[in-house]
Amino acid sequence: MAKKAKNVVVDSEKQFDAIRKEFQTFQILNEKGEVVNEDAMPSLSDEELKELMRRMVFTRVLDQRSISLNRQGRLGFYAPTAGQEASQIASHFALEKEDFILPGYRDIPQLVWHGLPLYQAFLYSRGHFHGNQMPEDVNAFSPQIIIGAQYVQAAGVALGLKKRGKKAVAVTYTGDGGTSQGDFYEGINFAGAFKAPAIFIVQNNRFAISTPVEVQTSAETLAQKAVAAGIPGIQVDGMDPLAVYAAVKEARERAINGEGPTLIETLCYRYGPHTMAGDDPTRYRAKELDDEWEAKDPLVRFRNFLQAKGLWSEEEENEVIEKAKEDIKEAIKKADETPKQKVTDLINIMFEEGSWPYNLKEQYEIYKEKESK
Amino acid sequence: MMSTNRIISYAQAINEALKEEMALDDRVILLGEDIGSYGGVFKVTKGLFDEFGKERVIDTPISETGFIGAGVGAAMTGLKPVIEIMWIDFSLVAMDQIINQAAKMAYMSGGQTSVPMVIRTQGGGGRGNGAQHSQSLETLFAHIPGLKVVAPSTPYDAKGLLKSSIREGSPVIFIEHKMLYSQKGEVPEEEYTIPLGKADIKRSGKDVTIVTLSRMVQFSLEAAKELEKEGIDAEVIDLRTLVPLDIETVKESVKKTNRVVVVHEATRSYGWGAEIAARIQEEAFDDLDAPVQRVGAEDVPVPYNLNLEKEMLPQTKDIIQGVKKSLYLQMETV
Repeated sequence: MAKKAKNVVVDSEKQFDAIRKEFQTFQILNEKGEVVNEDAMPSLSDEELKELMRRMVFTRVLDQRSISLNRQGRLGFYAPTAGQEASQIASHFALEKEDFILPGYRDIPQLVWHGLPLYQAFLYSRGHFHGNQMPEDVNAFSPQIIIGAQYVQAAGVALGLKKRGKKAVAVTYTGDGGTSQGDFYEGINFAGAFKAPAIFIVQNNRFAISTPVEVQTSAETLAQKAVAAGIPGIQVDGMDPLAVYAAVKEARERAINGEGPTLIETLCYRYGPHTMAGDDPTRYRAKELDDEWEAKDPLVRFRNFLQAKGLWSEEEENEVIEKAKEDIKEAIKKADETPKQKVTDLINIMFEEGSWPYNLKEQYEIYKEKESK
Repeated sequence: MMSTNRIISYAQAINEALKEEMALDDRVILLGEDIGSYGGVFKVTKGLFDEFGKERVIDTPISETGFIGAGVGAAMTGLKPVIEIMWIDFSLVAMDQIINQAAKMAYMSGGQTSVPMVIRTQGGGGRGNGAQHSQSLETLFAHIPGLKVVAPSTPYDAKGLLKSSIREGSPVIFIEHKMLYSQKGEVPEEEYTIPLGKADIKRSGKDVTIVTLSRMVQFSLEAAKELEKEGIDAEVIDLRTLVPLDIETVKESVKKTNRVVVVHEATRSYGWGAEIAARIQEEAFDDLDAPVQRVGAEDVPVPYNLNLEKEMLPQTKDIIQGVKKSLYLQMETV
């Protein structure tokens, strides 16, 4: 084998080796649910561990039901979440109520667990503006549609929290594809420069619609992109709820202590299509890869872990499943009962009353008349 | 041999234009998200990856600024990039590269460089895709010196105009319409091109001139059909390109009909309809028997809900109403 010419100025191999050593995947539970990293075990009570499991099970049911409701035409836009429960739910589990979430469009579960009523999540799916109206005590933006845009905004939210002396953090989510956007770099760089209390989570589910992460970047990990912004970065096994929880918990503490933002890459997988709007993942994903990732399933792993501790039974799981189905039924009913949107609503919510451009006043009057009939 | 009546879809016609121009000129490369073996989310680039390979049909990172900027660089150094922006709404992420860079390069290099690049994208509503996936943004680009703007309404026009766009020496924003991709129409086997800046009279008539483009051409033709039942003979002009603008064809028509209704899917206020109305009053004022009417979307974001979307986007009935207004006819209930 021909020996590669040795670089004199930059020893790239040495550089990459150092990066590789530094950015190893952080794991606490292996695929079987065995603890492989006792030192890093977060201090969660038995009840908290069970609650985390309940939420993940609930979220899996919510995903399955949402997909079938979408197919029946009873829900609109929907981006499936199965496979990402540890990344989504365990990261959220490490947050406090006063923390601020800036989600992407797949991050509905975090919003729900942060307090967005389920029926509003369904209204969001149907494109009803009430779905985006966060209740007073829910600190969150509505889901971002434009890839990566939430990253820059998260830096601003975090800066605001810091300036107002809040002991809270801004947490934002994007996917592997989002890390190719300028917004991603600008967001982490800005937050880093101001030591803003932000947590940037990248759910690396390996595919941006059809494009594999290898096409997005030459970087071996997405976590290492943190280095360029001068902030800590970590790659976590995103199918391991305890690892995700521990990473976010620590990042939150750093942020609250004024040490600035953290970038967390969670390695995960979306079992389903990109969205329910016609994507067929068999066109770009081999079944072997699906199988490989399903074997890492976060629910299976955590169930094994809890059962070994005598904390979880099939009965309890079934209770959660039934409860989820019940809640979803109720929520859909409530969504159905919500008054339909009108064109006058659309006009109404754009500007403050009294500051309308003349054209809108005209259009408002026309529609008011029309809708009164 | 002349082939007749070959019917293909708008998406296939665009696909053929890409394929032919790529075969003809190996400087033509495609860049975009999911355009490779996936074939594009609207399947417009289907088969091109297999035919031309990954060196010429390039899947990019999700990075509109990145791949439009790269396109500008590649175009300035001898390639002819045809870039797919999956949704026109995403072009907004890359406006600096489009407006400050691509559009300005020829001028700022004193004419030494040019940017022979096509940005293919799709816009418009009709599918309930919501506020950030349904916009009609052609006016933004038409307002910027240095860009050409094309918005075809039929498979035939789409193919001929795209081939010309790829051969252009300056950046072209080529705006397809998501609701037209599956629409079919006659496209000959033989090679042809359609020059930019040449409007097409899709229906001739004598009573009123409807000036429109893209999907609204269909709606306007439907309106014309309805109006015919009431004895109103409408002429429908498909501008096909906003820049260059074929105002001459419009003025010729106005001489005959003396009445104009401009129809666009974009929001009415500050839309290109205002430009057409202004040009007509500047250059053909004496030919007008009535004020120029504008039919466009209400000035609100496009809602996700399909019923509401229909309510705010112009429909055939709105065009009929606009025509009647220009004819000072009694209107039925709004």
